[in-house]
Amino acid sequence: MTRYLLRRLAWSALVVWVVATSVFVIYFAVPHDVARLIAGRQASKETVKMVRTRLGLDQPAHLQYLNFLGRLARGDLGESFITQESVNTIVARDFPVTASLALGSGILWLVLGVGAGVIAAKKRRSPTDRVITTLALGFYSMPPFLVGQLLLFFLFFRLYMAGFEFFPPGSYVAFSDSPLQWARFLTLPWLSIALVTAATYSRLTRSAMLDVLGEDYIRTARAKGLTESRITYRHALRSSLTPVVSQFGIDMGSLLGGAIVTEVVFGLPGLGREAVQAITTQDLPIIMGITILSTVLVVAASFGVDLWHAVLDPRVRLE
Amino acid sequence: MTTTAAQATVRSRGPWELAFERLRRDRAAIAAAATLLAVGLVAAIAPAIATAVRHGPAQQFLDVGLSPSGIPLAPNTTFLLGTDSLGRDVLVRIAYGTRVSLLVGLLASALAVLIGTLVGIVAGWYGGFVDRVLSRTMDVFLALPFLVFALALVAVVGPSLTISVTVIAFFCWASVGRIVRAETLSIREHEYVQAARTLGASPARIMFVEILPNVAPSVIVYTTLLIPGAIVSEATLSFLGLSVVPPTPSWGNMLADAMAYYKVAWWFVFFPGAALVITTVAFNVLGDSVRDALDPRRDQAVPATDEEVS
Repeated sequence: MTRYLLRRLAWSALVVWVVATSVFVIYFAVPHDVARLIAGRQASKETVKMVRTRLGLDQPAHLQYLNFLGRLARGDLGESFITQESVNTIVARDFPVTASLALGSGILWLVLGVGAGVIAAKKRRSPTDRVITTLALGFYSMPPFLVGQLLLFFLFFRLYMAGFEFFPPGSYVAFSDSPLQWARFLTLPWLSIALVTAATYSRLTRSAMLDVLGEDYIRTARAKGLTESRITYRHALRSSLTPVVSQFGIDMGSLLGGAIVTEVVFGLPGLGREAVQAITTQDLPIIMGITILSTVLVVAASFGVDLWHAVLDPRVRLE
Repeated sequence: MTTTAAQATVRSRGPWELAFERLRRDRAAIAAAATLLAVGLVAAIAPAIATAVRHGPAQQFLDVGLSPSGIPLAPNTTFLLGTDSLGRDVLVRIAYGTRVSLLVGLLASALAVLIGTLVGIVAGWYGGFVDRVLSRTMDVFLALPFLVFALALVAVVGPSLTISVTVIAFFCWASVGRIVRAETLSIREHEYVQAARTLGASPARIMFVEILPNVAPSVIVYTTLLIPGAIVSEATLSFLGLSVVPPTPSWGNMLADAMAYYKVAWWFVFFPGAALVITTVAFNVLGDSVRDALDPRRDQAVPATDEEVS
């Protein structure tokens, strides 16, 4: 077990290193003048030179690279080109927003997706199954920003015109300030991520449930005279959840690194929107920092999933 | 007498023919294919549509295309699907946007499938060290956060159609590679591959003549399901301003423009959104049908509708 964990950990570190290096290469080996970009088109040669020295861009590439890796190893993501604010501070400020978004929608899509999948599998080829399968296909085929726009139109604008202002977009209130307002502003963003993702989960759960329901041990459980709900939830669902758990870990990991589109649509000040804004200002350290952070989160999530499987299933460890 | 009649009708049919036969009897597949043909037609005749209504895709009608207070016009006889915030014809822009979506969807998927199949077969056939390196590489690609990485890349090289095709293919090939590798691993143990090996066939011949045709069904199914994903990804990149550069219309950048107008101009969101959803649903339905048609397990006791694999 220890050996497996160590190997898995080394592999995760390697992935992060590869990503960090490629991000570095993209930014500093590409022939374009970062200092000129920061200083602006009209800046004099002296100003550009000053900027270059300040950012350490006058050093040879390998030194810059070693510096970069050294800082990264200490957990330092550098500082913004424009405001000189530490990227760690920026990330720490944005992360709670993205985390609120990811966790809330995660719970929602698990309940919606797994629930719908179980119902569809239990009543397969009934009208209920048709409706669920069709809805899942629809949401599965839609980009998240479109679902967000539809929700804004129907659940904010239409209600607003009718005199109810339940879910206004463009604001965020920290959970610690007011849990109620926090939930109110996040309801539509949660829904828009959850609907799209739940579609995948219901397909996943439905097919896994159908496989499991055909197994011998389910027949045995029925023969023992167990109630149908006990068979569904205690026996079938439990083993159907394996692929769902894997998928959940990965989805959660990548969402925590920035739910870019949803944050943009609903004007939430999270990591994703920060990255999009940093593009317009060409603030490379922010984009690099967020890219590396989200890779770390994805890698950590997949490590968590593997760990979970290794604990549950001894065969994984021997692979 | 009956025996001879039966003998006359029985003829051997290959697996492809059987699959095609099943597909032809699948109403959902026919509907999806017809829809996609229509979408393809719209893309092909986009310039003709523009000529017919006499509105260019990037032409702004700031006088007749906007209301006196500068609000987009609702669908009317001049502008069949209404106008956008700059007084441009939504219908013509959607037609041209179809070209972008299909082009990126097909091109990115083709590229991803090409790379993925090649890497998958090589990894599965050679095994050992080669397999370990290639599999690990695929794992890295599967672990990357797609959109953040796309943002990072576009921030440096600037948005363009080429970049979106490259980025989408770059993040899709690994999943194709994984599937092909797994199939190759089982196929290479079959007798006919062993026979080819014994007869002294070169590795290239075994990989591309013996193994490739047998992984083709999975690859075809996966490609059909990859295309709508690529179209959605392109729309998302366009929405964030990371794909085609305005004023070239794409469904994604139209929807981005529409963001500020959803309260006053529903058509501005609705029609591009509908075009996108119709296309991706059609591809997904067709993909599911193709999978059912090609899946040999269909002939077994379990009915095909239960063979959903997500």
